[in-house]
Amino acid sequence: MDTLEVKEAATPQTEKVTTLTGSQALLEGLLIEGVTTIFGYPGGAIMPIYDALYDYHDKLEHILVRHEQGGIHAAQGYARSSGKVGVVFATSGPGATNLITGVADAMIDSTPLVCITGQVFAHLLGTDAFQETDVVNITAPVTKWNYQITDANEIPGVLAKAFHIARTGRPGPVLIDITKNAQIQKFDFKGYTPCNHIRSYRPAPKVRKSYVEQAAKLINEAKKPFVIFGQGVILGEAEKEFKAFIEKAGLPAAWTILGESAIPTDHPLNVGMLGMHGNYAPNVLTNDCDVLIAVGMRFDDRVTGRLDKYAKQAKIIHLDIDPAEIDKNVPVTVPVWGDCKETLPMLTALLDSKDHKEWLAKFRELEAEEIKEVIDPELNPTGEVMSMGEVIKVLNELTGGEAIIVTDVGQHQMVACRYADFKRSRSNITSGGLGTMGFGLPAAIGAKYGAPDRTVVAICGDGGLQMTIQEFGTIMQFGAAVKTLILNNHFLGMVRQWQQLFNDKRYSFVNITSPDFIKVAEGYGIPGKSIDQRADLRAALKEMLDHDGAYVLEVMVGKENNVFPMVPQGCSVSEIRLK
Amino acid sequence: MKNQASIKYAPAAESSSAPHQKKEFTISVFTENQIGLLSRIAIMFSRRKINVESLNVSPTEIEGISRFTIVISEVEEVVSKLNRQIEKQVEVLKSYYNVNEDIVWQELAMYKVPTSVISEKAKVERLLREYGAQAVAIRSDYTVFETVGHREETDGLLNALAPYGLIEFVRSARVAIIKDSEGFHAKLKEFEQHEPSQEVIENEFLDKRDEVFTM
Repeated sequence: MDTLEVKEAATPQTEKVTTLTGSQALLEGLLIEGVTTIFGYPGGAIMPIYDALYDYHDKLEHILVRHEQGGIHAAQGYARSSGKVGVVFATSGPGATNLITGVADAMIDSTPLVCITGQVFAHLLGTDAFQETDVVNITAPVTKWNYQITDANEIPGVLAKAFHIARTGRPGPVLIDITKNAQIQKFDFKGYTPCNHIRSYRPAPKVRKSYVEQAAKLINEAKKPFVIFGQGVILGEAEKEFKAFIEKAGLPAAWTILGESAIPTDHPLNVGMLGMHGNYAPNVLTNDCDVLIAVGMRFDDRVTGRLDKYAKQAKIIHLDIDPAEIDKNVPVTVPVWGDCKETLPMLTALLDSKDHKEWLAKFRELEAEEIKEVIDPELNPTGEVMSMGEVIKVLNELTGGEAIIVTDVGQHQMVACRYADFKRSRSNITSGGLGTMGFGLPAAIGAKYGAPDRTVVAICGDGGLQMTIQEFGTIMQFGAAVKTLILNNHFLGMVRQWQQLFNDKRYSFVNITSPDFIKVAEGYGIPGKSIDQRADLRAALKEMLDHDGAYVLEVMVGKENNVFPMVPQGCSVSEIRLK
Repeated sequence: MKNQASIKYAPAAESSSAPHQKKEFTISVFTENQIGLLSRIAIMFSRRKINVESLNVSPTEIEGISRFTIVISEVEEVVSKLNRQIEKQVEVLKSYYNVNEDIVWQELAMYKVPTSVISEKAKVERLLREYGAQAVAIRSDYTVFETVGHREETDGLLNALAPYGLIEFVRSARVAIIKDSEGFHAKLKEFEQHEPSQEVIENEFLDKRDEVFTM
């Protein structure tokens, strides 16, 4: 195919019409949307697209994953580390259904994705054809938007709409299901025009000045203002604006795990992590502050604990781009809806310069208590076995907080989020809302493609890694230099912790055996090492980081260690337990 | 318009008289005419385990725009949040929810009865007249009548006809006109502009902030 000629036709200004197949039009559209990397897996119903891809291999890098779930998690990791839209291809039927965990994960964590699935020929729809699944309906509740294309003429317009919807407003996953006939069909391609307006879709609500003024008045008059922030700050690329906002009025700020890394760990106003396994001070003082300012976060139940005892004493200001989030879980005093990139500077301009020294000191006071009771024993254990925390501590010392940390789900995730240091935004990539075990390794592969110049460490448990361990094959074939750090406690640790604390230690199916991970890695051509001695930790971590390429390091940690502090389910945030 | 999706500045418990009592709400959703949207909207109710008591979808006075009229029985807080989630759907232009006092509504019912019964029994003829029924089809063996009204009215005739050999009965979903509405044309024009809309959420307190906003 003469791609040069096509490219010319693809610019919207020219009137030139080219005859293309639906598949070619799709790939032309992806190029114009700035896509460079696709994660995917071929199959019968998407073969025409893969056939067209053969001619585009120099412009579109396709990473062949080992399972579609791995593909979509990689696309999520890519989107999260790069800030761009992740793209994933899958075939119909099982290919598409294997995507669904990742689609749901991206939906709840607001990750911009465009998923392309093949579908059986249009004339076979509804006949229980081979590998036919009603993907559009299956994914309806977990996509921001989806659409089935049965005619190639629709491809440019629908693809443009998909990218616009995925990346604007509150981002999210979009799925396009394309029947095989539309992929093959030749049609007059009149060019590809990116979409910037859909009349029924209002991604960014208009900012209302009066609410900004009300919010500023509340903050200025507050004695104990407290900021809690989420991924909205990162998604809105408003890290600078956020920093200016908290610095001007001396506002202590705590993060949700998806908001982590929006400001550096060592920022003087960063008072730590919110929620069930968050830090002591921000949880306790949520129920002591007089004005609570929520920025780009959604009051998830893991953050709020018991709602009827959550910040009842406080006036609440909520900045969010999604109007449906206002009042959803916590009744708000002043809503500031809009893109925080826009609203934060408006608010900052109206704030009085303050330092709230005494109030901030209160956070530090409680922090000292937590350091003594929890943090110090976790980071500097005296027992023989290693703790997860001390592994993270040494990792911090070696990376200087410059690495992207991708975690799986469970105890190691909470420990990593609690103790990892971050200097740069978009550095903590984790499955927050859905809590998807198996997310870590494939998301780290995607994160590496999204930020090729950065060190990417996938921190996984022995349980979660086994859910998507096949993606070592993707690393083997395409060489993503992902450092996999396995914190092995021989248990499904988080469930075990709950069984210990709440089910009288009745350890029901949490004892999980693992293969020799290092031999498995070796089978995939990835070097690695397993250690169980503290004396080897630093050297082993250094070897992992220094190795030119992918590496697997397994660290044996305490089998029955627990993550503390903890807000037990059904308790208020101020009832957080230190042990 | 009153009683649309709105931000409450006080916790729900303090804001209205019986906020936790389930009431009948009519939700009117203006949408693009698109395959699959019915399913997307329907699952928003089932996900929250809300039973849809009546659902009507039909074209509006504007070409290409559909109107859903959905009746549910729920507490206002749930309806208000659900309404905002409905508005989030990409192809939904606008969604309103109203209590019965705010709308004029009708349902249509059709009754198929043996023609012999009507011609022979004066009482049936009187009944039909009493309920304002109109004949829409008259055959030698059966006649189809229709009535339009609220549920109690169409039910009334149904019960009254039951002893006289009613062959078939069917009732439509509710359709409703919002008393305060000013039509959808102006709103649509606004949506077609590129600028973000003012009306993402109407706020009934917007002009009365002194009354509801206290430091």
